[in-house]
Formats: sequence, C-alpha cells, structure tokens
Amino acid sequence: MHAPRARQRGAPMSYEFYFGDIWKARWLLLDGTLTTLRLSALCMVLSLAIAIPAAVSRIAGPGWLRGVIYVYVEYIRNTPFLIQIFLVYFGLGIAGFRMSPNSAALIAMTANGAAYTIEIVRAGIVGVDRGQWEAGRVLGLSPLQLYASIVLPQALKIIFWPLASQFILIMLASSAVSVIATSELSSVTYDISTQTFRAFEAYLVTTGIYFCLSVAFAAVFALIFWLAFARGRPA
Amino acid sequence: MRPLNLGDFLFLAQSALWTLGLFFVSLAGGSVIGLALALMRTSPWRPLRWFALGYFRVIQGTPVLMQIFLIYFGTALLGFEFGALVSAGLALSVNAGAFLGEIWESSIKSVSKGQVEAARVLGLRYATTQLHIIMPQALRVATPPTVGFLVQLVKGTAMASFVGFVELTRASQMINNATFHPFLIFGGVSLLYFAICWPLSLLSSRLERRLARAYAR
Repeated sequence: MHAPRARQRGAPMSYEFYFGDIWKARWLLLDGTLTTLRLSALCMVLSLAIAIPAAVSRIAGPGWLRGVIYVYVEYIRNTPFLIQIFLVYFGLGIAGFRMSPNSAALIAMTANGAAYTIEIVRAGIVGVDRGQWEAGRVLGLSPLQLYASIVLPQALKIIFWPLASQFILIMLASSAVSVIATSELSSVTYDISTQTFRAFEAYLVTTGIYFCLSVAFAAVFALIFWLAFARGRPA
Repeated sequence: MRPLNLGDFLFLAQSALWTLGLFFVSLAGGSVIGLALALMRTSPWRPLRWFALGYFRVIQGTPVLMQIFLIYFGTALLGFEFGALVSAGLALSVNAGAFLGEIWESSIKSVSKGQVEAARVLGLRYATTQLHIIMPQALRVATPPTVGFLVQLVKGTAMASFVGFVELTRASQMINNATFHPFLIFGGVSLLYFAICWPLSLLSSRLERRLARAYAR
C-alpha cells in the first residue's frame, strides 16, 4: 500500500478545505482510534512483561542467554520498524504462522517495543545503588526475593519517565503498521483519503487525533506515577 | 512469482544509495531547523522560546508518517510539484529538526552562564559569542546524543516508502511482491540497515561513556 498520487496542478491556490466527508467518516475514525489505543496498550503491557525477566537475564543469566538477548536488542534497535513488520507478517506467514494483519501488528510492535524496554529496564537495574543489593544479601534474601522486593521496585521508579516516553513513541510508531492494512487509525485514514479524495483533510484530522492520544498517554502515565510512587509521601 | 536474479541485487544496491541520499538531505535540513530552534529556545525573547517549545511538542507528539503525508499532500495543494524525494526529505527534516533542536538546546544550556556573561563583558556580539564561546563547548556534550539520533534518522528514511519514494525498504517490498522470499529479502535488507546503524550506535555509546568519565573527574 502507498499513497495515492498527490493532486496534480490546476487552480492550486483556490483549494477549499472541506471536512464534510471526514465528519461523515467519524465513526470509522473512532474505531481506528480505539484499535490504536488497544494495540498500543497491549503492546506496552506485553513489552514490560517480556522486558523485566529478559533484562534480569541479560544481567544475571548464563552467558549464552546474555548473548542472545544482546544480539536481539541490538538487531531490533538498529533496523527499521517497517522492515520488522514485513518480517513478522510475510516472514512468519510463509513459515506457516498465518495471522490477521492486526495480530501481526501486535507481534511486530511488541517485538520492537520489548527490545527498547529491555534496554531501559537494564539501565534501571544497573542504576540501583550497590548498597541496596548488599543490604538485601546481608538480610539473607534469595536472588528472586532480592530482585522482586528490593531492586525492581526501585529500578521501575528510576526508569519510569524514560519508559513512559518510549511507550508514547511506540504508540506513534504504530502508525507504520498501516502498511499491512490493519484496522488502526492510520489504515482507516488511508481508506478515508482514497474514498473521499480529501487526503490532506483526513491526515490533518488524524494528526490531531494522534496528538491528543500522546497527550492523553502522558496524563495517564503521570497519574500512574503518582499512584505508584508519589502518593502519601513527602516530595 | 519469479526467481530472484542479479538485477534484484543491483536494484537493491541502487535504492540503498537513495536511502543514503535521503538521509543526508534530511540531516542537512534537520540540522538547519534544529539549530534555529535551539537558538530560539535559548534566546531572551519569550515568543521565540514558546514557538520553539510548541514546535517540539507538536512534532514529537505526532507520528512521522502523518508529517510525511501532510507535507506530501499539503505542498501539492499549494501548487508545488515536489515529488516524493523532496516531500519526504522536507518531512524528515521537519521531524529531525524537533529532535536535534531539543538535543542542542540542552547542550547549549549545559554551558555555564558565566561564559555568556564573560563574553558580554568583553563586548562580544551575539553571533561571535555563540560561534566562538558557546558552540565549541556545547559541541562536546551534543555529540553523543546527536550521533545516537542519526540512527533514528537512518531508520526513519524507511517511512518515505509510504509516499512511493523508492528507497531500500520500498525496493525490498517491490522485489518481495515479485519473488516472495520474505525472509531472504527483508532479512538481508535489515542487515544492510544494521550495517549502517550499528556502528553509529556503538560510536554514540562510546562517546557517551567517554563524556561521563570526563565529567566524573
């Protein structure tokens, strides 16, 4: 899929904006927005769920596992998301894992998001003060207890804001999955633009929706931070 | 479907050059915009500071894909026939400007205030102060994150394929449509990107460590 040709020349300056057709498609846009929200939220939760054990393994696991995770993270972070989408959708498809575009989108987004999240969580764990580890060991905690009750809670607080901005970047980058004709916001906008021939208006409205989404995510993250770390504690 | 042939590899090699071309165009454009925004952010005039801040928030808060489409269709509405290379280069420049601008803003702000004051006392003009006092010191701080951002920019050029610009990603997509060897083609092309991006990533983190050591001393 790629863009329909831009309007050819002809009375260019007399172009009149017309949002009527976009307004008619408002429920489609809402559907797309909700799909983007759902995909992004799922991707964030899955990425973090994968990244925490992977980051711990990257630090404390056996040598071969550390190597595998290192290569994975570097590969994902140094190749375009668009190519990763193709690898998941067409590559896994030909390997016998046929899936809907939306599932492929979620897998590609999570594969991508997890790599960045692993790197952030790893930095957070390394950033926890050495004294905390030693105190935990002296108290006789098992490695699992040490991570679960001492290191990770502190690491998550350190990395909260870098992680939050990474998650917002993931939501914005999810627009790229429209290349495999999913049903999220960018794909819906593409459909609307080809049906109404009002591409500029359609993308303008959708850009506004994405901006609202990123503001909304930032607000939700601020709320989560307050609930998890700041509530009832002196500043 | 047809088998892969030598022509496909030549096509990929040629489109890799277009990827690099788009990268350099966007880097040049992004640097000009980014420098202007960083100077606005550090200027004493409040409307300029606010304008640059708004620019950062809006561009960083919307997908680069939307920026590409808006510029592609928007410039056409205004009567310009730019085609895919110029619109994609313009959009990526606008996008890169927001990220480079914010990196450079904080680099400029990391230079101690005493330096500006000393320059003013010596009677140096704004341009001289920026060029000979501030920039050389800010450059040291700016280099590691700037190199790191280059990786984002190389990867970002793939998004130009959405408006039909035939760079590496679009070319691999076209070859895959004809031959359907997705693992081979996309895997191979991803390694090409990796070969460009990974050295930059390593360089960026090495420079960052060196800078951190220098500050620890």
